[in-house]
Amino acid sequence: MKTLVPYKSEKIKYLLKDIWKNRVYYLFLAPKMVVFTLFIAIPVIWAFILAFQEYNVFGSTWVGLNNFIKVLNSEVFYVALWNTFKYTVFTVPVHVVIALILATLIHPLGKIAQSFFRAAFYLPTVTSMVIIAMVWRWIYNFRFGLFNYFLSWFGIPPVDWLGQSATALWAIIIMSILTPPGVGIILYLAAMSNIPDTLYEAAKIDGAGPFQRWYRITLPMLKPTTLYLVMISTIGSFQVFTQIIMMTKGGPGYATETLVHLIYKTAFRDYEFGVASAQAMILFIIILFFSVIQYRLLSTDHD
Amino acid sequence: MNSPIMTKITRVFIYMLLGAAAIISLLPLYWVFSTSLQLDAYQDEDLDAPISYVEANPPKFVPAGIEEYFKHWRKARAAEKSGDQELANYHRKMMTEVVHNSFAMYMYLFNRTNIWRWFINSAYIAFVVTLGILLIDTMSGYVLAKKQFPGRNLIFWVIVSTMMIPGQVTLVPMFIMIQKLGLFDTHWALILPDLSMVFGVFLMRQFLLSIPSELLEAAKIDGAGEWKTFWTIVIPLAKPALATLGIFTFMSVWNSFLWPIIVLNNADLYTLPVGLKTLQDANLASFKLLMSGASLAAIPMIIIFLAFQRYFIKGLTLGGVKE
Repeated sequence: MKTLVPYKSEKIKYLLKDIWKNRVYYLFLAPKMVVFTLFIAIPVIWAFILAFQEYNVFGSTWVGLNNFIKVLNSEVFYVALWNTFKYTVFTVPVHVVIALILATLIHPLGKIAQSFFRAAFYLPTVTSMVIIAMVWRWIYNFRFGLFNYFLSWFGIPPVDWLGQSATALWAIIIMSILTPPGVGIILYLAAMSNIPDTLYEAAKIDGAGPFQRWYRITLPMLKPTTLYLVMISTIGSFQVFTQIIMMTKGGPGYATETLVHLIYKTAFRDYEFGVASAQAMILFIIILFFSVIQYRLLSTDHD
Repeated sequence: MNSPIMTKITRVFIYMLLGAAAIISLLPLYWVFSTSLQLDAYQDEDLDAPISYVEANPPKFVPAGIEEYFKHWRKARAAEKSGDQELANYHRKMMTEVVHNSFAMYMYLFNRTNIWRWFINSAYIAFVVTLGILLIDTMSGYVLAKKQFPGRNLIFWVIVSTMMIPGQVTLVPMFIMIQKLGLFDTHWALILPDLSMVFGVFLMRQFLLSIPSELLEAAKIDGAGEWKTFWTIVIPLAKPALATLGIFTFMSVWNSFLWPIIVLNNADLYTLPVGLKTLQDANLASFKLLMSGASLAAIPMIIIFLAFQRYFIKGLTLGGVKE
């Protein structure tokens, strides 16, 4: 028995031999590993360190939890957190429901109609958010904007949507809701076409109507897709930034300040790198927390 | 319940609902193009003072230029018939004036701003990154999927676990890194970090797991080296995944915004989204001008999407792509 267990030095020798034998595969990996190490691995570790330091070009100093204390003592941070949270709560569920409804309506259509609607709903997703935000700033224009014009059909007087604290965040939420969830629609459609027809036929024989079939078969079968969508949309919406910087710059006041916009300002306007890193860490923890909770909640009843 | 009339009514209702949703979806994009072509500071013999159709109440949904162009065309024809050459000339001149006015802000952008430069910057950065990602991600995805060597699983899991970390976390250290490397305000500051995106490694590994190992063995027996096997067997088999990865990489680089506004200072180096932001920040820009710039940035992605639609759809279902 004893002889079968090699000594430690021997183990290392074998390992090195193994590595040398496979050296060509490490060369295949090398280019990616270099950029990955430089621009992901090191920055991730560094971000963690920076959060506990005060950064200075000529040498940083450790400040313990000071950066976190600074963040948690600033009122703006809570405003940004609350706004981000509100934005997420009002856009994510609505988007998932809209995606589900539109996919349900598109799925039974013929091939041509299907690909037309798929394209119509996905096109805004491939368009840069910068462009979407620019045109919505125009649509929300107080005097000549389309939005106020449509509201005037219902007798609603013009509103300065982006110019007032009371409406600015709502304007951004409405804009998000009215931009269709292209990714969600396509994922739901793909999942729907994977549901075996035999299930529906069996239900039909048992006398289930179309709505019952949808509720009893389609909906449960789509659960993994729903879980995935809720998670990626939540992660995405916690990172809302482009709309903010292009449309309101966080204003008026702090009415539309969000976490990522605040991180951006703290880092690259105030050059408080340590504080910005602490904010980013907190954002990361929040995202992680919500992902775990959603995963737990939505994946309970089935295995 | 299942009578033919009922199903017909439901069908009409479904189409109406989807049609309304499609209009809501596409209206903002349409509005970009329509505003960019709208007549602005326009005057002809029917108007006392120059008017702007961009700032019209109620809004003008179709570019006014179309109507105006045909109006002057008809009048020119009528004047020619009645022999009034001077009037005909006036209307002919107005026809070109209408065209000039409609495209005025595109001409302004090309002649007076760097937009052409930004366009080329965006395009070549997106191309370089896409080609680079396709090569290095396939190389690493291939060995991670098909080869056994010490540390393989560790490397894979380290790479995949970083996919969970939001990009904002590394913003500051990346910025310091770029400055230390002396790359601030260069295109390398965009290209190198983009090449580090890990999604492609994951995608290529998942895809290449399914290629038959016998093919690789056969190539080995035939005396092909690892590099040759990679180019002659792996790459051709990976084509569908390469198309998908290429399109998504191109799109995300073309549309990327937060990082470029941080590391670019020199207006000659801007990408389109950064350029558009500075145009908007300049405040004096009219909406017609902004929408002209926006439409120039939107057109390439729209064309790419319409041309490669099926790859977009495949990509989304191939393991879930970040938005």
